[in-house]
Amino acid sequence: MLHLILFLFFGAICVAGAINLLAQSHPINSALSLIAVMAALAAEYLLLGAEFVAAVQVIVYAGAIMVLFVITIMLLNAGKEEHTKGSRIAILIGVPGALIGAVLVAWTLLFRGHTQSVAIGAEPGSPQGIARLLFHDFLLPFEVTSVLILIAIMGAVVLASRPEAISHRPGKPEPKEAQELVGAGKER
Amino acid sequence: MSITTFIIISIIKSVAVIGVLLTAVAYSVWLERKVSARIQNRWGPTRVGPFGLLQPLADGAKFIFKEDLTQPHVYKPLYIAAPMIAMVFAITSISVIPFGNWVNIGPWGTYLQITDLNIGLLVVLGITSMGVYGVALAGWASNNKYSLLGGLRASAQMISYEVSLGLSLVGVLIMSGSMSLREIVDYQGGVFWHFIPRWNIFHGQTLAFFIYLISAYAETNRTPFDLPEAESELVAGYHTEYSAMKFAMFFMAEYANMVTVACLATLLFLGGWHGPIFGPPILQAVMPVFWFCLKVFFFMFLYVWVRWTLPRFRYDQLMAFGWKVLLPLAVLNIVVTAFIVAWRA
Repeated sequence: MLHLILFLFFGAICVAGAINLLAQSHPINSALSLIAVMAALAAEYLLLGAEFVAAVQVIVYAGAIMVLFVITIMLLNAGKEEHTKGSRIAILIGVPGALIGAVLVAWTLLFRGHTQSVAIGAEPGSPQGIARLLFHDFLLPFEVTSVLILIAIMGAVVLASRPEAISHRPGKPEPKEAQELVGAGKER
Repeated sequence: MSITTFIIISIIKSVAVIGVLLTAVAYSVWLERKVSARIQNRWGPTRVGPFGLLQPLADGAKFIFKEDLTQPHVYKPLYIAAPMIAMVFAITSISVIPFGNWVNIGPWGTYLQITDLNIGLLVVLGITSMGVYGVALAGWASNNKYSLLGGLRASAQMISYEVSLGLSLVGVLIMSGSMSLREIVDYQGGVFWHFIPRWNIFHGQTLAFFIYLISAYAETNRTPFDLPEAESELVAGYHTEYSAMKFAMFFMAEYANMVTVACLATLLFLGGWHGPIFGPPILQAVMPVFWFCLKVFFFMFLYVWVRWTLPRFRYDQLMAFGWKVLLPLAVLNIVVTAFIVAWRA
């Protein structure tokens, strides 16, 4: 009973945070709502018996990735956003799409509801269980994913360190002049 | 144990632990002032109470009665929330730290720990990683260039050193095969070669210990890594615009984080509450907690000692050291430990 109450409570926080994320006009408030969503999700994982996934959710998403979001917003000193009324296509396709989705979910829950629910702890959620899945059963996909991430990192490094992309911007001196300026600075 | 007894015992434990933690925080400040004074050939606080022992109370009263300024240019909701975030996460992380073994008080028995989780270590890391927001948001919400720079530096520094801190712990986890802090401590009981304790620091994790120690100093923004509040460049960094109790909350959060980090170092590398136990039964019951506190005190003293001995890093040195020295060393430690454990198995 307590479990169900807590589950619904954190679920409500999750949905409220997601709505607040869209409703807020200041980017930093949106980022903070997203952190609340992620923390609430971690609590839901914990309630489902997946302790390790919950801890990693907090450490990686709420503790590291969102910090980078917040740093970026702080660095750019992004101001308030202006809300538009939304495009017509979004209303024409989005509203019926959301309705169809809701109907599908309701239909599945009502008419296929006799499927067995899984007991807490029945699925692997402990560190040992996750490790067995990652490093034994799905070793190849895991390694391929890490190579994919490595490629992404290399791409980011290449994009960030291309010197001509920086010096060709209007208002900046040409590369040759820039080199001369640097040279002059060294002589002094 | 009935649910009522469980709730009552949990409340008593939580209140006791938080009380002890806050007292420890107050007296760490006293220790800091006293030791720094002795290092500089001064006396430090002497007026309030014997040896200035009541100074923390006087400081607390001063903080409460000071005027709480809120500048007109700040972003108010986050400006008020930031010190609370810092404080809450600093205090919460103590909840999974075990202080000693099972104790019996009359008919009831309990572990000296608020709660034991089988992912205890990850919980501490997760909560401390959330603590960054207090500092970062304080810097941003103050709407002041020095505060912003301090907040940015703090978040970049804490993310960078969290990586090497986390990786330095993997060696310990490989050896003990558990993430529960209690089991990690249990693994370190006993001696080898008849006299050396089987603490992880003597038992193959010496390099990891030093990586952890250095990263922990950076995580808690202490000298030589106190760039977020470097007085000579940034006035006071992220808490420039804060006064009275709001400033005191940042201050307490910093010292509470130091205590947590010292507790973790004790549990993971120095064998927790293990130590020589002798004497009558009542003494034997208290000895483990005594050893634990002694080791934590040693780390707190080391913190102060280092702060008043070393100068501050430059920012590029800080980043280069974290990513180019500590991180490869931590990875090397993991590889070597894993090979040796696999070899023995």
